[in-house]
Amino acid sequence: MQALTSATIELCDIEKSFGSVQAVRGVSLRIAAGAITGIVGENGAGKSTLMSILYGLYRADSGDVRVDGRPVEMASPRDAIAHGIGMVHQHFMLIDSFTVLENMILGAEGGPLLAGGLAAARTELARLAREYGLSIDPDARVADLSVGEQQRVEILKVLFRGARILILDEPSAVLTPQETDRLFRILRTLKERGVTVVLITHKLREIMAVTDHVYVMRQGRVVAERRTADTDSEELAELMVGRKVRLDLDKALPRHGKVVLRAEQLSLVDERGVRLLDDVALELRAGEIVGIAGVTGNGQSELLQVLAGIRPPSGGRLTVGERVFDARHHGSPAEMRTLGLAHVPEDRLRQGMVAAFEASETSILGYQDEPPFTRHYLLDGSAVGAHCSDLMERFDVRPRSPGLRSSHFSGGNQQKLVLAREIARRPRVLLVGQPTRGVDIGAIEFIHHELVRARDAGCAVLVVSVELDEILSLADRILVMFAGRIVGEVEPGRADERTLGLMMAGAQAA
Amino acid sequence: MRPAYGPLPAWAEITLLPLINIVLAFLVVGAIVAVIGVDPLHALRLLVVGALGSPESIGYTLYYATNFAFTGLAVAVAFHAGLFNIGGEGQAYIGGLGCGLAILALGRWLPAGLMIPVGIAAAALFGAAWAAVPGWLQAWRGSHVVITTIMFNFLASALMVYLMVNVLIAPGSMTPQSRGFEPSGQLPALPGSPLNLSIALAVGCCFAVWVFLWRTPWGYALRTMGHNPEAAVYAGTNLRRMTMLAMGLSGALAGFVGVNELMGVHHRIVLDFPAGYGFAGIAVALMGRNHPLGIALAALLFGALQQGGAELAFEIPSITREMVVVIQGLIILFSGALVHLPRPWLQFLLARRA
Amino acid sequence: MKRWLGSAVALIGLSMLSPAAAQTAVKPAIVYSTGGKFDKSFNEGVSAGAEQFKKETSIPVAEFEPSNETQFEQALRRFAQRGQDPIVAVGFSQAVALEKVAKEFPNVRFTIIDSVVNLPNVQSVVFKEQEGSFLVGVLAALASKSGKIGFVGGMDIPLVRRFQCGFEQGIKYANPNAELITNMTGTTPAAWNDPGRGAELAKGQFDRGVDVVYAAAGSTGIGILQAAKDRGKLGIGVDSNQNHLHPGTMLTSMLKRVDLATYNSFKTAQTGQWKGGMQVLGLKEAGVDWALDKDNEKLVTPEMKARVEAAKADIVSGKIVVHDYMSNNSCKP
Repeated sequence: MQALTSATIELCDIEKSFGSVQAVRGVSLRIAAGAITGIVGENGAGKSTLMSILYGLYRADSGDVRVDGRPVEMASPRDAIAHGIGMVHQHFMLIDSFTVLENMILGAEGGPLLAGGLAAARTELARLAREYGLSIDPDARVADLSVGEQQRVEILKVLFRGARILILDEPSAVLTPQETDRLFRILRTLKERGVTVVLITHKLREIMAVTDHVYVMRQGRVVAERRTADTDSEELAELMVGRKVRLDLDKALPRHGKVVLRAEQLSLVDERGVRLLDDVALELRAGEIVGIAGVTGNGQSELLQVLAGIRPPSGGRLTVGERVFDARHHGSPAEMRTLGLAHVPEDRLRQGMVAAFEASETSILGYQDEPPFTRHYLLDGSAVGAHCSDLMERFDVRPRSPGLRSSHFSGGNQQKLVLAREIARRPRVLLVGQPTRGVDIGAIEFIHHELVRARDAGCAVLVVSVELDEILSLADRILVMFAGRIVGEVEPGRADERTLGLMMAGAQAA
Repeated sequence: MRPAYGPLPAWAEITLLPLINIVLAFLVVGAIVAVIGVDPLHALRLLVVGALGSPESIGYTLYYATNFAFTGLAVAVAFHAGLFNIGGEGQAYIGGLGCGLAILALGRWLPAGLMIPVGIAAAALFGAAWAAVPGWLQAWRGSHVVITTIMFNFLASALMVYLMVNVLIAPGSMTPQSRGFEPSGQLPALPGSPLNLSIALAVGCCFAVWVFLWRTPWGYALRTMGHNPEAAVYAGTNLRRMTMLAMGLSGALAGFVGVNELMGVHHRIVLDFPAGYGFAGIAVALMGRNHPLGIALAALLFGALQQGGAELAFEIPSITREMVVVIQGLIILFSGALVHLPRPWLQFLLARRA
Repeated sequence: MKRWLGSAVALIGLSMLSPAAAQTAVKPAIVYSTGGKFDKSFNEGVSAGAEQFKKETSIPVAEFEPSNETQFEQALRRFAQRGQDPIVAVGFSQAVALEKVAKEFPNVRFTIIDSVVNLPNVQSVVFKEQEGSFLVGVLAALASKSGKIGFVGGMDIPLVRRFQCGFEQGIKYANPNAELITNMTGTTPAAWNDPGRGAELAKGQFDRGVDVVYAAAGSTGIGILQAAKDRGKLGIGVDSNQNHLHPGTMLTSMLKRVDLATYNSFKTAQTGQWKGGMQVLGLKEAGVDWALDKDNEKLVTPEMKARVEAAKADIVSGKIVVHDYMSNNSCKP
């Protein structure tokens, strides 16, 4: 068993390159024992790489990791665990069909507890739960737990293996505001019990809410170190991006036009009979942005897919412009496009682009049959290239290389390229899923600005996002989805995070 | 995840790297040959001279390369669509049946100027149809083409044996062969070697496949489906139809082996003419990076190895047929699967020089 | 097998080697079929004949194993160009290639086994497999207690059906009520080399009451004969004398003397007695036969032996005509 107080971790002059890309450049930082240290930075700033080095997933090119002042070798996660370091990943590493207890002992082979059998594990689990306030039913199946509870299982699993230093990578990405708050309470309890916590995030609110100390990373370097009490969001944002950022969005009042998309009693039932969409009704008017708030997995993705023609609805009616579709006569994505509907999918890597394609090829995805890209049955490479250059110029996609593989662009630039492709068609309806997922603050500002411009040009915009801040600042109307239904509509002026959060969690609102 | 190595300069990528790979392969092969007591340099000389030393041997090399190009392209087209067609063997077989039937039926009446295109079209049609069935089964029934195309190889073989033994066998013949094709159904060939006009068809196919894949919207949609089916659905591509198209094209290309073999060489329908070219096409496509130009080069290498290897076995009794396969396999291993092996060294050297 | 081959060849060798016969320099060569030299079937028989010739004369024999059918023509032509003579082409699939090459090299002597090419410089050797199969069919019918007899062929081609058809005639001749159950291993050349499948087919036949099985399937036969031994049933080998494989359960083997044909071609060329044209080797010419040796003598009663020998004499004399499947692609005359 580990000593109850955790060690101080130091990273000294860490360098790490992937080929010609230098991900981490001479980073030194100190993680104080028994405190919550935040590491904040844009995507690609090197936060995750740095933590992967600490956890033994990558090996640093130079520099060393010190535990209580002594340099140690972190060749694999095994070494990290031996030094009491544990990591809670963004994507849970749990086996759905196992119980909590079974998940606990999984991977803890070789430990003395395994020999003692499940009973010993049960005792230990009860002790941990008591000590850290992490109550969980050890016999519940993981599949039956909520996302927040699953995260607690992950944390318990790490503690169970004797970790006294906990690294959490973007832990709130999958949580509702309420669950996030609960997580923060847990982190504070852990701190009181002497556990060291490292929180990696790009959300400034979380840094401000829970950390004692914060490091800001930009382009592989630590650019600032602050005591949380001595800084504020504005300063941190500026440090992250390297210039002044306006986090609030300035926009004119919407000019409501006529209805361009109407869904009535839309439903979707999958092959197993699960109701994914249930009696969804919504209207989109020209010149407005409608935001859909909700916790991931409550039907927002499916709603986008049905509206875009990717999945046929099981029932109900969908009117786009003059055309009416239903379960029997449903539209295809190509048909929807000809009706002036554009779609920026939630997961741009999986849906919106082809990673292996050149940027110029990605810039015509879905429009490849149309002139000027195709003439006389042949693709016109120069027209495609010119189109892509034009999009890159207008949407500030960097680097401006139409010939570069799409996967070699950063997340923000990929998103800008996909958005550019869809907005450039001057659509009547623009569906946007998670417009700024994995996008850095500088690009968020730009993307929000472009969405508002499209709205002002008379486009009806539907934004689905799990970022409540984003919905609140972008939308002219907010619809909240829960369990496949639209459970409420809120005007952004009158909404606050708490009421929205309650609706998202399924509590009935007025 | 970014690969751990950076890009090499383009010139090094297409010249230096393959060259080093070939040299490495020959070193290993040389060592093995030396172990069985043959002078490696002598063997190498025989291999190269055997493949390229005389007009006749060049003819054989190109003739083999023609077959490898067809099956390599067939695999590549399916591969770009995300489909692993290992049924080239059967599709070649049935493609040959198609062109053979067309010539047996029409050869008497049609002049060569008509018979040859009809024969080629029949090969493409039969090959495509044979591949389209597994394509259909995958698109509508979810049966994986890897499984079904293999099964269709056996079906093709069984069907051909049945037809040759019971139906198409030339009357009074001791052996299961059809009667000979009329001259109008025979492709012009180089005397003394099996090289025939099919090679022009192969070159044309290489170019056509390149145009199709990279210069038409259908090729674009096909590649999108191969790389990312979800993106293809998003882009409005009908995956079922695209699967059928990809398998059909793949099968047609494989079917052209029948043109080279039957219209070009045997001038009758015979058994077992696909002789493993369909399977070798997988290696050809892999080695050629699924690009028509690469496939053309890989096909030439495979053709040269096939011909040079035969000469080797011919001249040196201790190098058996199996040894030739080992040598060919090693060369393919080094220039295909282990292609990235020397990359870090090369990068290091080039970086230091720069 | 070596012993048996040695004595047989020595006999024939003696008969041909008149002391005065002129010895000319020959450079013999063999182009095998795609099955390869070590196919445990007739390629290997050819190889055995060549080995015997080499041992006797110390003259090297050039060999080539083609990996595909296009190489037949290539190999035959390359051998001819190099001055090899005579050249033995193994297997019917070489007929077309041989015809082409033999025309180009009218002064080179070729021998083709299992097919006919009508050129003056080609010696075509074919066997009356139906006659040998008839004899082992007679023996099978006499040895069977259940009256059910099995046939497992290799690849389903006319040549194999010729074996089957002769076998069937022999069975009916000895026991009109006997039943023949036939299986072919496959439809691809792989069928010649699939002992596992051969064993499965044989076991299937045993389950249906078969107690004697004739394996006419190249290397596949190894599995068939093994299955017969394992189940205590009787097996019949093919091509070479396979009796030694499982003494006690090997009823007999149908001998097809490709070794002889090869040896003769080389030997007659050396002695200057080589002749072109067609040779049909049946029982009369000792090209096919049944094998009786110490490995199976306990299984063959004197009565059985007498019946088989009587049938053999009748075929040789022409009293019995064994129908050839390939004459009309049917087992009915």
